[in-house]
Amino acid sequence: MCLGVPGRVVSVREGFAEVDFWGVRREVCLDIVDEPVAPGDYILNHVGFAIRRIPAEDIEQTLALYETLLEEAADGGDLMAADVRSEISATGKK
Amino acid sequence: MIENPRAEAALRQLKFRDPEIARRLVRTIERVTHEIGRSPVSVMHVCGSHEQAISKFGLRATFPKDLNVIMGPGCPVCITDMPEVDEGVALARQGCVVASYGDMLRVRGTALSLNDAQAEGASVEVVYSATQAVELARAMPDREVVFFATGFETTAVATAAIVRGNLPKNFSILSAHKYIPPAMEIVAEMPETRVEGFLAAGHAATITGWGIFEPFVERHRIPVVVAGFEPLDILAGLARLVELVRDGEPAVVNMFPRCVTREGNLRAQEELWSVFRPIGGRWRGIAHVPNGNLRLRDEWAHVDARRRFTIDLAALWDGVPPALAADCVCGDIMSGISAPTDCKLFGKECVPDAPVGACMVSSEGACRIWHQYGGHPNLEAL
Amino acid sequence: MSTLAVEARERITLRHGSGGRAMRALIEDVFLQSVEANASPRDVGPEAMDDGAALWIGDRWIVVTTDSHVVHPVFFPGGDIGRLSICGTVNDLAMMGATEVLGLTCGVILEEGFLREDLERIQASMAEACREAGARIVTGDTKVMGRGEIDGIVLNTAGVAATGRVVRDRGLSVGDRIIVTGAVGDHGLAILAARHALKLEGDLVSDVAPINGLVRAALAAGGDGLVAMKDPTRGGLSSALHEMAQKSGVGIVLEEAAVPVHESVRAAADLLGIDPLHVANEGKAVIGVRADAADAVLAALRAHPLGREAAVVARCIAERPGNVILDTGFGKRLLAEPEGELLPRIC
Repeated sequence: MCLGVPGRVVSVREGFAEVDFWGVRREVCLDIVDEPVAPGDYILNHVGFAIRRIPAEDIEQTLALYETLLEEAADGGDLMAADVRSEISATGKK
Repeated sequence: MIENPRAEAALRQLKFRDPEIARRLVRTIERVTHEIGRSPVSVMHVCGSHEQAISKFGLRATFPKDLNVIMGPGCPVCITDMPEVDEGVALARQGCVVASYGDMLRVRGTALSLNDAQAEGASVEVVYSATQAVELARAMPDREVVFFATGFETTAVATAAIVRGNLPKNFSILSAHKYIPPAMEIVAEMPETRVEGFLAAGHAATITGWGIFEPFVERHRIPVVVAGFEPLDILAGLARLVELVRDGEPAVVNMFPRCVTREGNLRAQEELWSVFRPIGGRWRGIAHVPNGNLRLRDEWAHVDARRRFTIDLAALWDGVPPALAADCVCGDIMSGISAPTDCKLFGKECVPDAPVGACMVSSEGACRIWHQYGGHPNLEAL
Repeated sequence: MSTLAVEARERITLRHGSGGRAMRALIEDVFLQSVEANASPRDVGPEAMDDGAALWIGDRWIVVTTDSHVVHPVFFPGGDIGRLSICGTVNDLAMMGATEVLGLTCGVILEEGFLREDLERIQASMAEACREAGARIVTGDTKVMGRGEIDGIVLNTAGVAATGRVVRDRGLSVGDRIIVTGAVGDHGLAILAARHALKLEGDLVSDVAPINGLVRAALAAGGDGLVAMKDPTRGGLSSALHEMAQKSGVGIVLEEAAVPVHESVRAAADLLGIDPLHVANEGKAVIGVRADAADAVLAALRAHPLGREAAVVARCIAERPGNVILDTGFGKRLLAEPEGELLPRIC
């Protein structure tokens, strides 16, 4: 339905951004994106239009979000990171 | 400054493809599906790009066999009804230059595809962007250029943007755009539907926001998870979805926060609804979907190809409108109620080269896969 | 079925020219209908639909091949129709194991109004390609058609070579490995970007090159351990592998991560929704080798300037003969055969 591809803004002029897709570059129209876009920003491109400015801080948040799905223990709901848990058990039950 | 080297790598290309994390997410999906205890547990995604991604990365092979991830009516090209394709073909045969996205070129209407029309000598041009179609019109001022606008709301916003710009006189739009939320309603309302949860399309939700699913979840008491398109996005989305199904929790969960917010892209929404209005229409082989089709509002009649031209469909139909669609059961196939082999047209009147319903049009459609491989092949041992 | 639908099926469409199933069916149903039996049982004739024909004469084979070129645009990044026509034929001969070209023919059909300067540029390009291949055009033909009766220029080249050993595209057995001589997708994407004015800026350059020297090195290193060859032109690596699998009666497991793809090609393909495995190449070969010959052939390829990025990408299995299974790194799936012209998609 929507082949959306992320890219990084290289330069901006009159309603268009030059975007780097890590191998090729293309001009992308900024008519429908809802935030101002500056060089260095990440955007989501669909058919030559930027439909979203992707905030850089959300990237790490996304990875953290995935981690929560991995760490859930058998008792269903323990969100403590695995390494913290093993650290606790290593100190033994005192 | 992001210190985590893994985040930096992901950041560099925004490609969430770490196979190790993928494996662990698959284990979560397996565990939770097992905890649900029923077989199969059916969930549906409604996005052609989700199916493309699932296929491209071979994710189907990783899903537990008790989890049925159904491809719903999410491929806008596949669900474009035959008479709509006919409209584009007719205009090409009537002498217009028809500009179209590549996906649409080989899809047969009642008799012909745009490709077939091109073989006969009609002018058909492939464009990557709506802006290109406008440029085409500027480059050939003595020809009428019609942009055959297909795609869901995500793509419709691009069409809306150009409509509100400066358009040359010889340019018009044939809108075959579709709107996905009404289709989810149809599937959820089907009496024998087996679907217990939806994976919602992340890019469409970038525009519409995830808030629009709240009334849906309220009404149907089925969870909806909004997911992105990288392998980890899809696996994490499914993991969260099966958790919600296990816990009997009808909620909307956004697993694509880097692109989707609750309100969505308000500017794009404003443009979209100022240009288009939703009307009911038939989705190829599925059903009449109320508010599922997007047509140009009256204010834009001057660029509406349907109002500028008299489209001669009778010439394509030998005078008689097509009737095959009546026997197509794609709707049931998509909802998990029927199998491709249950359809009387399967393999006979409906084949990949001459598809009747949506499930045969898409390269990832259930019927197409069944026709080519006799079912979803088990490749695990190889 | 409506009259129009019947008529459509009675016409040739662009799909018939794009190298996939439709084209093979057309060849079988039309062109092979009136083909005579081979003169010698050793001959490789048209029914084999290999990269060329091999006719046993005396103590060796004479290998013959022909190719017509209608590429648009005529000039593209990395080459032009002239270079393409020479390399295409030289490479087809090489795919049969015939790497020393005896001679090439060149037939040109021009549209009235074609620029002389363009023709000279194309001729110079052909001469350069011949030099690189160690081949020469020994005879030709020229025709001109009226304006609008043909699109610009059509080139046909035929090639003749002699060889003591013919390599087929059906020689794979269970356990064999498959090598690709370099990165895939360059040519097709360069053409696509140029043809549809997709305005992509980057390193999208055709790989069009004569690879007879490269193949010669591989044959010398592999000997009888080199068992099959095909060049992945229209339809890309996927088409070539499918044909080899079908003709050899083996299944092929292709490891996606092992297939070399240039960054610019990967990015452009992602943007356009195209799979690099389906994209045409004009300077690459797919080589089947016995497992114990893989290392030697790979080393020989990598030592050659045109083979630096060569890699082992697949193995042959007994299961699912005729199919190509793609191991994506996440899971396995059946690789579909590409059908028709490559087109960018939005969905």
